[in-house]
Amino acid sequence: MLTNQTIREPFGDRMLLVFIYALLGLLTLTVLYPLLYILSSSLSSPSAVVSGQVWLYPVEFSLKAYQSIFKSSQLMMGFYNSVIYTVVGTLINVLFTVLMAFPLSQRGMPGRKYIMILMMVTLFFSGGLIPTYLLVKNLHMLDTRWALWLPGAFSIFQVIIARTFFMSSIPLELQEASQIDGCRDTRYLWSIVLPLSKPILAVMTLMYAVGHWNAYFDALIYLRSEHLFPLQYVLRNMLILNAADPEMLANTAQSLRDQGFEQVLKYALIVVACIPVLVMYPFVQKHFVKGVMIGSLKG
Amino acid sequence: MVQTWIKMRRSWELYLLVLLPVLYLIIFQYIPMFGVIIAFKDFNIIKGILGSPWVGFKHFNELFHSPNFQLLLKNTLLISLYSLLAGFPVPILLALALNEIRMGLFKRSVQMITYAPHFISTVVMVSITILMLSPHVGVVDKLLSSLGWSSTNFMGEPKLFKSIYVWSGVWQEMGYASIIYIAALSSVDPSLYEAARMDGASRFKKIIHIDLPSLLPITITMLILSLGNVMGVGFEKIYLMQNSLNVSTSEVISTYVYKVGLLGANFSFSSAVGLFNSVINLILLVTVNAISRKVSQNSLW
Repeated sequence: MLTNQTIREPFGDRMLLVFIYALLGLLTLTVLYPLLYILSSSLSSPSAVVSGQVWLYPVEFSLKAYQSIFKSSQLMMGFYNSVIYTVVGTLINVLFTVLMAFPLSQRGMPGRKYIMILMMVTLFFSGGLIPTYLLVKNLHMLDTRWALWLPGAFSIFQVIIARTFFMSSIPLELQEASQIDGCRDTRYLWSIVLPLSKPILAVMTLMYAVGHWNAYFDALIYLRSEHLFPLQYVLRNMLILNAADPEMLANTAQSLRDQGFEQVLKYALIVVACIPVLVMYPFVQKHFVKGVMIGSLKG
Repeated sequence: MVQTWIKMRRSWELYLLVLLPVLYLIIFQYIPMFGVIIAFKDFNIIKGILGSPWVGFKHFNELFHSPNFQLLLKNTLLISLYSLLAGFPVPILLALALNEIRMGLFKRSVQMITYAPHFISTVVMVSITILMLSPHVGVVDKLLSSLGWSSTNFMGEPKLFKSIYVWSGVWQEMGYASIIYIAALSSVDPSLYEAARMDGASRFKKIIHIDLPSLLPITITMLILSLGNVMGVGFEKIYLMQNSLNVSTSEVISTYVYKVGLLGANFSFSSAVGLFNSVINLILLVTVNAISRKVSQNSLW
C-alpha cells in the first residue's frame, strides 16, 4: 500500500548536511561580521569605539563622522575624479572590447587567427612596469587623465568572454539572413549583435567600472597633481598614511578629537567608499555567474 | 589566393573596426615589450632608449649579487605558495558545500554575502585589515586580550605578515573564486546522481565520486594559471600593507621594482629585475602546462 511518507535520508547523510549548513553559516558570519562591525563603529560615538564597547551594533549613535567627511574638499574632489575616470574609462573599455571581440568572432575574416595571436602573446609577455611608464612619459601623458584611460584600454579576458558569446549565442542564420538583405558588418554589429548581447555587455560594463572605481595603482605611478587624484588615492592617504584632511577636523572640538574621533572617521570613510559599488552589486550579482561561465568555456 | 583576396575585400569593415584595438596593442603592449631592452643598457633619459649604451648583463649580475636578492626571492615565493596552498582549496570546498543544499533563501544569502568582499577595493580592504588588527582599539586585539593574551601590534610583527596577507586574501576572494567551480558542478549530468542514488551511494560518496572528478579539469586549469603566476604576487596589496617594521618579510620583487625603479629613478636596474621576474613566470607556466598535458591531458593551449 502506498503511503505519502517519503523515503528518509540515512543518518550519515543527514549528519553531513547538518555539518554543511553549519560550515556555510560559519563562513558567512566570518565574512559578514567585519563589515557589520565597520558599519556600526562608523555610527557610534568616538569614546564608545575607542573604549571597546562596540561589538556588533552601534553604541551611542552618532552621525558626526559622516557630517565631517562631506566637509573635506579633498575627498569630494576624489569622488568627482573617480566618477570621471570610471565613466570615461569604462566607455573606452567597452568600445575597445567590442571592436576587438566582434571581428575576432567572424569566421569569414581572413587573418583573424593572426590578430588573435597578436593579442594572446601579450598575456604571457609584457614590458613590465618601467618600460610602460617610460612609454606613457614619452607620449606626454604623465599627470593627465589619459594615463588612467589609455594604457589599460581593454582586458584580454573580457575580449575572450565577449568573443565566445558572439560565437556561441548568436545564431549564424541571423547573419546570413541580414547579409542577404544587404546588411554590412558594421550595421550587423550595431543592429543585431549588440542588442542580443545585453547581458554580457552589462557584466562587462560592471567589471570594468568596478575596476576603475577601485584602482589606485595607476594614480600612484602616473599622477602628481592633487586635483587629478581619484578617490582611492585620497583614501589611501587618509586611511593608511593617516593624513587626515584638516577640513574634516576643522569644526570638531578638541575634546572629541582626544576621544579618538579620527578612528571613527576612518570607519565612516570606509563605508562611504564602498557604497557606490555595494549599491550596484545586488542588481548585477546574478549576471556574474553567467559571465564567469561563458568565460570558462573554451573559445 | 584569389578567394582570400575577395574575402578580405568583403571584410574591409571588420578590418576597420579592429584597427583601433590593434593599434592599442602595438603601442601599449608591444612597444613596452621592445622597451625591455633597457634592462641590457645604461638608460639615460636624455639619450633615450635607443641611444643609451649597451652594457650586457651588468644589471642582472648586480641583482644576483646584491644582498637583498635572496630575501626578495624567498619572500616572493613564500607569500605566493602560501596564498596558493591556503587560497586554492577553500573556494572548492565552498562550491562543494553550496552544491549540496537546495536553492533557497539560505543558499542565495550565503552566495551574495561571500561574493561581496571581492568588490571592495584594495585600499579599503587593507584599511579594514589594519583597523581590525590595530593594537588596543582593533576588534581582534580586544578579543584576544579579553582572553588573556597580551596586546600585539599585528601589522608590526614580521612573522605575522604573510599570514595576515594570505588569510585576508582568502576572506576577500573565496566566494568569488568559488563561482567557477559552482558553474562546473551545475553542468554535471543529473543522471549520474540518479544512478548513484539507485546504487545506494551516500551523500559523501557522491561528493567524492561524482563531484570531485567533474571538478578536476577546471581545477587543473586554475592550478596551472596560478602556478604560472607564482612570481607575480600582488603589488597593490603588499605595498599598502608594508611598513618599516614588517619590511623584512614583506618586501617582494614587485615592490622592490617600484621602489628602486620609479622612486629611485634607477630604470635600467629595475627593468632587469622585472624581466627576471617575468622570465621565471613564463618558464613556470610552460613547465607546469607541459607536465599537466603529460599527466592528465589537460592543458591551456
